[in-house]
Amino acid sequence: MINSKPYRVVPGPEGLLPPAAATCGVVLPEKGEGLVLGSLQSEQDTLLVMARELLTRKNPTIFPGPLVLWAWKEGVAEKAASVLELADEIPGVRIIPMPDYRPIYPKIDPEAVINPCHPNLTIWHNKIEVCVFVGVHCHFANITLKMIRAGTNCYTITLCHEAGHEDSMASLPFCGSDQVRALTEAIRQLKREGLRPRYADTPGIQLTPTQQTVLSGLAWQHGDGALAE
Amino acid sequence: MALRTLNVAPGFMRFMPKEYQDLVEKGPFGRQIKVTDLGTFKEVLEEHPMCEGCAMAFFIRLSLAALPNPEHTVMVGTAGCGRLAISQAAIPFVYGNYCDTNGVATGLKRGLQIRFPDQHKDVVVMAGDGGLSDIGFSQVMHSWFRKEKFTTIMLDNEVYGNTGGQESGMTRKGEVVKMAPLGKQFEKIDMLGLAQTSGVAYIARLTPTNPSRVFSTIRKAVLIAREVGPTYVQAYTSCNIEYSIAPEKVLDDARQVEKERYGFVEIMSDEAKAYLERIDAESKA
Ligand SMILES: Cc1ncc(C[n+]2csc(CCOP(=O)(O)OP(=O)(O)O)c2C)c(N)n1
Ligand code: SF4
Repeated sequence: MINSKPYRVVPGPEGLLPPAAATCGVVLPEKGEGLVLGSLQSEQDTLLVMARELLTRKNPTIFPGPLVLWAWKEGVAEKAASVLELADEIPGVRIIPMPDYRPIYPKIDPEAVINPCHPNLTIWHNKIEVCVFVGVHCHFANITLKMIRAGTNCYTITLCHEAGHEDSMASLPFCGSDQVRALTEAIRQLKREGLRPRYADTPGIQLTPTQQTVLSGLAWQHGDGALAE
Repeated sequence: MALRTLNVAPGFMRFMPKEYQDLVEKGPFGRQIKVTDLGTFKEVLEEHPMCEGCAMAFFIRLSLAALPNPEHTVMVGTAGCGRLAISQAAIPFVYGNYCDTNGVATGLKRGLQIRFPDQHKDVVVMAGDGGLSDIGFSQVMHSWFRKEKFTTIMLDNEVYGNTGGQESGMTRKGEVVKMAPLGKQFEKIDMLGLAQTSGVAYIARLTPTNPSRVFSTIRKAVLIAREVGPTYVQAYTSCNIEYSIAPEKVLDDARQVEKERYGFVEIMSDEAKAYLERIDAESKA
């Protein structure tokens, strides 16, 4: 019998090999639209869902990828700034980078980095239940998102520069700094409307213990506590 | 890669793992590294999952540190032990199928030449003896016949290490390895001779016993490939697992093999010699 129920892209763990959502009929959004749990929504509705999930789930984390982390061309600094503004509005958020895609063996430090070969390790270790991918090249984002859906209960949000991602729970396509700022605004709106964030009494960006150690190492290195940026 | 891609976006340095901060601040990019600098800068390869004491891992580490312009280099490799480390280095890495490294490198090099006409982009194939002398053999030969301008480095451990010890064309005659119980029936392939016949501009055979020599060999091979033609380096990089060499004896074994049969061989075309002299004179001017 043909299963006519639409496939829903929901937090896992879904098992070892979840299907690619595209093969289950989930289609990518057009400009001005977004995807939520596999169905098309307006951009604004998508932003509000993302905002709510980020404010209410455990250990929100932003995973910036190479396209945001490395100022390799004009416009990156602006987008990077918009990501930091977003982080500032999410109490208790962490930023754990994916600086490139090379494998990291024999062991990664899951507080310092997320790697597309084993993203589940970072998510499990930090008990992350909602995350944002931004600036990760699509082919690596796709495989990473499927692995996360396979083995974790993390709600995945993608702010994609290109066509969006069927394999994340909420996805916005064609995201420049304007769209990132629109998400920040949606978060502010929900707070104004009375939503009390899960980590309401926690400052915006939390460094992981590893990041704190690195930071003190750098401060020592530069003598004055300043960062070489 | 290019040097300008090595800037962390404003505000993000403090979130970067230590390794990346070190690569940006103390890496080898954009400057000339000497062998005596080892230990004073952040190398492109440090951690890797290869076996304890593996001579191949040591040779790879030295070779990557010796690259004249790591920021303008792309490595090409394939299945085999070496790629476990090479793919983890802070240098772009292309994984060719097990047979087509030199075809992939050809397309890559030609494409890079068109895309960056004013910047040398070095392409370096680094793969095992099985990858280059058996399954990828025809592509290696044809890249040499066509005089493709990139470097091929064979990690010659004289066995298929990664798959548990089958004999390769580079295993020595009579050698019994774990999954070749009858012993090798024919001679080790003369890749140096084949390279010469094919007109390879620079050919070298060495062991990792002398880091300065590894540095100068790799550097010459990469520089000559920029302007003159294909270059080939064959390095004895013993497999301590398949040949049952204790990790602490790996360099003793390399010294012995170097003395008894591998030696240090360097064959250069006149054009390659003249080119090296020219760039040497230019750098001193
Ligand atoms: C086309 C193809 N055939 C076979 C294999 C399986 N395979 C993986 S590694 C390997 C042997 C590698 O030997 P070598 O190239 O000498 O490298 P080493 O592991 O010894 O460094 C083989 C046969 C493969 N990956 N692809
Ligand atoms: S199997 Fe042999 S060549 Fe491969 S990593 Fe181990 S020692 Fe090195």
